[in-house]
Amino acid sequence: MTTGTSEQHIVSYGKLTAIWLALLALTALTVWVARHNVGIGHVWGSLAIAVIKGGLVIAFFMHMKYEGRLLRWLLFFALSVLAIFIGLTFFDVLYR
Amino acid sequence: MNSAEKVHPPGNGGFWNDTGKTGITAWIFSTDHKRIGLLYFYSVLTFFLIAVVLGVLLRIELMAPGRTIMGPQTYNAVFTVHGVLMVFLFIIPGFQGSFGNLVMPIQIGARDVAFPRLNLFSWWLYMAGAAVIITSLFTGGGPPDTGWTFYVPFSERTGTNVSLAVFGVFIVGFSSIITGLNFVTTIHRLRAEGMTWGKLPLFVWSLYATAWVQILATPILGITLALIIAERFLGTGLFDPARGGDPLMYQHLFWIYSHPAVYIMILPGMGVISEIIPAFARKPIFGYKMIAFSSIAIAAAGSLVWGHHMFTSGMSDTAILVFSFLTFVVAIPSAIKVFNWVSTLYRGSISLEAPMLFALAFILLFSIGGLTGLILGAAATDIHVHDTQFVVGHFHYVIFGGAVFAFFGAMHYWLPKFYGRRYAEKPAVVAWVLMFVGFNITYFTMMVLGMKGMPRRYYDYLPEFAPLNLVSTIGSWILVSGLILMLVNLFRGLFKGEPIDRNPWGAATLEWTIPTPPPTENFEEEPVVTHGPYDFKKAGIT
Amino acid sequence: MSGGLHKDNAGAKLGMWLFLFTELLLFGGLFLLYAAYLARYPREFGAAGREMHLGFGTLNTVILITSSLLVAMAVTAIQRGARRMVLLLLGGTVLCAATFLFNKYLEWSAEIGNGIYPGSSRLTAGPPGESVFYSLYYLTVGLHGLHVLIGATLLTFVAVRVQRGTIHAGDYVLLENGALYWHLVDLIWIFIFPLYYLIL
Repeated sequence: MTTGTSEQHIVSYGKLTAIWLALLALTALTVWVARHNVGIGHVWGSLAIAVIKGGLVIAFFMHMKYEGRLLRWLLFFALSVLAIFIGLTFFDVLYR
Repeated sequence: MNSAEKVHPPGNGGFWNDTGKTGITAWIFSTDHKRIGLLYFYSVLTFFLIAVVLGVLLRIELMAPGRTIMGPQTYNAVFTVHGVLMVFLFIIPGFQGSFGNLVMPIQIGARDVAFPRLNLFSWWLYMAGAAVIITSLFTGGGPPDTGWTFYVPFSERTGTNVSLAVFGVFIVGFSSIITGLNFVTTIHRLRAEGMTWGKLPLFVWSLYATAWVQILATPILGITLALIIAERFLGTGLFDPARGGDPLMYQHLFWIYSHPAVYIMILPGMGVISEIIPAFARKPIFGYKMIAFSSIAIAAAGSLVWGHHMFTSGMSDTAILVFSFLTFVVAIPSAIKVFNWVSTLYRGSISLEAPMLFALAFILLFSIGGLTGLILGAAATDIHVHDTQFVVGHFHYVIFGGAVFAFFGAMHYWLPKFYGRRYAEKPAVVAWVLMFVGFNITYFTMMVLGMKGMPRRYYDYLPEFAPLNLVSTIGSWILVSGLILMLVNLFRGLFKGEPIDRNPWGAATLEWTIPTPPPTENFEEEPVVTHGPYDFKKAGIT
Repeated sequence: MSGGLHKDNAGAKLGMWLFLFTELLLFGGLFLLYAAYLARYPREFGAAGREMHLGFGTLNTVILITSSLLVAMAVTAIQRGARRMVLLLLGGTVLCAATFLFNKYLEWSAEIGNGIYPGSSRLTAGPPGESVFYSLYYLTVGLHGLHVLIGATLLTFVAVRVQRGTIHAGDYVLLENGALYWHLVDLIWIFIFPLYYLIL
């Protein structure tokens, strides 16, 4: 058997560099927001930017955009499990 | 049944004869899933027997109030080590490691698991972790005395050797993770042609669900145990109220793993029962899809109920409500399984041989264990019985009466296939009767004691509890005599018993279509699966 | 579907992803604690976060993102059969890892010099939330640092195999999996950075 079909996809240097620039820009943005925009919802803002950055790394650097449906569903599933673990704990943390 | 074929002497033929290495290296460096399965089997069995001895000692100590055979500190250590060995070294790695490895690749028509070398590595990690745990008993401040749950703040302050024991459990957990990801990959990638998800044997379905729990829950145990070590050595104070920490957060993290771990223990057992019942009722399983689905549902719902261990710990009322509700949800898929097994039995041509007897005992004992679990899962009734002997009784009904009886069933059902010889039927039945009776005397009494208010993990008790404790202890002796008889009969049979052919029980899954004992790479040519795992007609079994 | 004697690259990648899930959940336990304690001590967490060295944090973020780019480019390079390029890129990645750890060393030295470490007299005397924040910081970042070390070792091992020619354009799943591991290290840092350095 030859290598699987999904890994034949080659992501060009140019595209990877573009993602890198986007990640740097988002890093600058998140630092800027943190310094200037003090207020409620700030943690959520920082986390939202982190999620976007993480999404870029997973999709392009980790080739998830070019993988089959199985891996994508499994990743979604694993992250959901973590979210549920944290979420259910908050029924205790928030209401004690 | 197949006509008699050439029968090999025991420990001979098939994979027993694959050449290359000799002596012990042929085992401890083998990447054959069958050899690794047997390595795991004998390893977990050894720790099981040590833990049984400790359990019997506990029962003897509790035979009468006051000191009977050991002092309080020894008692604390013995119940801790009994729990740690049984949970982390026997029943969690037990099914996946032994019967999962032995049978699963053959059942899906594969030559081996996806990562054979990783498989061997997982056994080595298991043994390394076990060695560390055993070392912790004899070094430092002596064996841990915290109970198998390692609750803070006591586990941070006790002078006993908690750190080393916890580190050993950490290593064993890593081994469990590796087995889990190996099995998920195997089941996704290595199914034979025609082995669709709808034709997968139910044992494989249960292993698949279990493997996911291993992958997603065990890391949480890993970090929790690492935190205990950090607390002890670095003084991080994360669970220390004086420094802003919260001991309840430890309980959350611990049970996020350890409640799903109960399903790591019981799910493969349910899978075994789903194999044994159709084979000995000679009838296709009733509700195949629902049983397969309920394995996944139990694994999923079971991961959301950890809070029911903390109803009296000071958790918020909202959380108690939510976790109590979710706990009741788990009862649904569990009940689906029980109903389907019973429906399979209905109008089947039932043959009451040893594996079937264990399966029937499982259904009854697991049902009692499950229903008493609802008493604990309902917040109101839990307050009455929390941390009493009732919990001990309930837990043993589920795990001993459930998972371990299924393990015994699996031993009688599958081991002859790998040895080529079988045990004698009559002593097996006698052993089963002894164990069934002894089990109920031992643990039902505990539940009654708990209802009356006898706490668990207490060295001494009020004189009014004495008669029932004596009964429970005598029950444990009956139980152990049955266990000894079962093991002697089983192993004598495997080495000296009557030879068997390919398919002694007339089952329809793939492992019974290959020679006994199975050859090194299981199948001479890759099988093409054309019928379901319980389709006796199409498999040509009458 | 097959019997499993040939090399199953898709299977190897699936196994690697499953392993990455376990790593996510491992750090997940620490993030869970962080979330719970942040909800209890928002003010103390804010105050403690302001004392963190934002410069070090930002610099290390840039270094890790860059290393992630280099290793992603290494995968592209091996697919194109450019072996020298692969070696250069992997070397760059490992260099980034070393710089990251060196920065970490400087940062921790400064903090420990200021009397900020688990169980220090300053933290024991301070408000309870502060001690929790720094304990979590040291554990999370320490565990992450350990992963940086493991990842760098793994990539060095991969580079040796590339040099020897056992990893090549026809069979590079080991490099791919090594790269996946390294991206995970980056991914976790992407979340550590705002939670510990940018919380005000």
